Amino acid sequence: MTAAAPAIAIRGLRKSYGDLTAVAGVDLEIEHGEVFSLLGPNGAGKTTLVEILEGYRDRTAGEAMVLGVDPAHPTRDWRGKLGIVLQTTGQFESLSVEETIVHFAGFYPAPMNVDHVIGLVGLEGKRKDRWDHLSGGQKRRLDLALGLVGDPDLIFLDEPTTGFDPGARRQAWDVVRELTSLGKTVVLTTHYLDEAEALADRVAVIVGGKIIEVSTPRELGGRARAVAHVTFAATDALAGVALPVLRGEVRADDGRFVITTDYPTAVVAALTAWAATHGITEIPALAVTRPSLEDTYLRMIADREADSTQLRGAPGAAKKANGASR
Amino acid sequence: MSIEKTVVRGGLAGAEAAPRVPFPGLLRLTYSRTVIELKQFFRQPESAVFTFALPILLLLLFGTIFSDTITGPPGVKAVNFRQYFLAGMIASGVMSACFNNLAISISLEQSEGMLKLLALTPLPPAAYFGGKLMSCLVISVIETVLMLILGVGLFGVSLPVDLMHWAVFLGVLVAGVATCTLLGIAYTRFIPNSRSATPMVMPVYLILQFISGVFFQFTQVPTALQWVASIFPLRWMALGLRYAFLPDWFKSQETGQSWNLPIVFAVLAIWLVVGLIISLRTFRWGRTRNA
Repeated sequence: MTAAAPAIAIRGLRKSYGDLTAVAGVDLEIEHGEVFSLLGPNGAGKTTLVEILEGYRDRTAGEAMVLGVDPAHPTRDWRGKLGIVLQTTGQFESLSVEETIVHFAGFYPAPMNVDHVIGLVGLEGKRKDRWDHLSGGQKRRLDLALGLVGDPDLIFLDEPTTGFDPGARRQAWDVVRELTSLGKTVVLTTHYLDEAEALADRVAVIVGGKIIEVSTPRELGGRARAVAHVTFAATDALAGVALPVLRGEVRADDGRFVITTDYPTAVVAALTAWAATHGITEIPALAVTRPSLEDTYLRMIADREADSTQLRGAPGAAKKANGASR
Repeated sequence: MSIEKTVVRGGLAGAEAAPRVPFPGLLRLTYSRTVIELKQFFRQPESAVFTFALPILLLLLFGTIFSDTITGPPGVKAVNFRQYFLAGMIASGVMSACFNNLAISISLEQSEGMLKLLALTPLPPAAYFGGKLMSCLVISVIETVLMLILGVGLFGVSLPVDLMHWAVFLGVLVAGVATCTLLGIAYTRFIPNSRSATPMVMPVYLILQFISGVFFQFTQVPTALQWVASIFPLRWMALGLRYAFLPDWFKSQETGQSWNLPIVFAVLAIWLVVGLIISLRTFRWGRTRNA
């Protein structure tokens, strides 16, 4: 393996179960040190794809290299470099947090310090507690600890923060950021778009077993260039004052003005000039918004949903539905 | 990234990979798995009570109820049925500690995703199975020693008389543990989910106990059921242990007026191989081909 080889490289990856195509030809490269997020609705093939890369499931066709090894032929050495947090919570009945982590640490040649891992996931106060007495979020943090304890180079996190309270989620995000700062590669499957936005360098949207876009969270779905909304409140101070000519479509909506525009900067400039000439010192509740990652993602999914339904039966059928679904 | 690490570790600039930190050895990992298995087994009421304590409770219960003696030819000392019963209960305890224990606990590990989790770590499968086998052996030994103490202390049962009888006792015990462990692993193949585990294990255990000469003298079981019982290991484990605990004249009370020790070990060996083949062919460790 050369230093330039990506952490994960897959080409034409397919997985079928009889007539059902779970992964329908995926090409992807994930660089070392990258946090890469897989987004997609349930049943889109995310978990199957990840399981193939983890060396758990065989692929039907295509090529895959993970840390320089074909995951269809996993070696112990290679497994030692992976850290895995499965979607399902582990069951460690009657074992304490510490016992469980120490046990798993023993599987690896150079594990992390157990105290350090316990601190990292914030279970210091629970180390002697039995698994049975942990809350759902604490059990999940133990799963995270077990994924980290081997000091892996590449970490697969499958919906790691499901069931976390907001504070615990932020803490888990900090853990992922710390991993990145250590140069580790993270593949994050999640349903939380804010999580992907906060952590991921790049995201891939998977629908019907196909990657429909790979991009940065900022640019996904043309988001950075998407139409913007300039809004402000229609208060009494503005009553009787005519709006200036604006580059966009203006409408009054529920006590506020909404200007849909491709040129938000020009609109705001026109508005501020207009406010100054009318002696309005502050335009109430002035804001420029663009679609959130979630808005963009949901639109992309809605666009492709019809395709993916057909894709499962016959991959060739995908094309003809394209564009018709809007 | 591994290149960078290698360079740092080895202090070499480039091509030759520096020696890696070795993985922990198989013995150490097997020991570690054994300890975890034992902790979980004895801390959980389901296994500690139903799998471990139940045979001992049955020994206490029936040992108190049964007080018959089995008389032999004139001139020999009659045998207390408790002596007969203890041999059967030890065999039954081994079956519970190994077969029942593993069939239920592995089904649970499978359906809870724990096998998947372990398979995705660098833990060698041999350490996982080694841990199962060793923990079953330890549980069986503790179970047997407790039964011997209770049998001798409460019911006046006498221990094997000489080295040969002790050797057969240990031989049957070890072969029984190995066979029942492999059959327990193999049996999970037929258990569709963890909820079916207990209902699919306990009837097998109970019925075999009744027809294999544990609660009743084997020769008094209806002949057809004797034939059925003779297919399975429990009847032969019980017979081998009766050789160890009963006076030699008692073979006249057994099928064919013989202890049939070669058959005892042959049947255990055959089932051991059957269990091994089914386990190797069907047990999914890690890689799955289909859903």
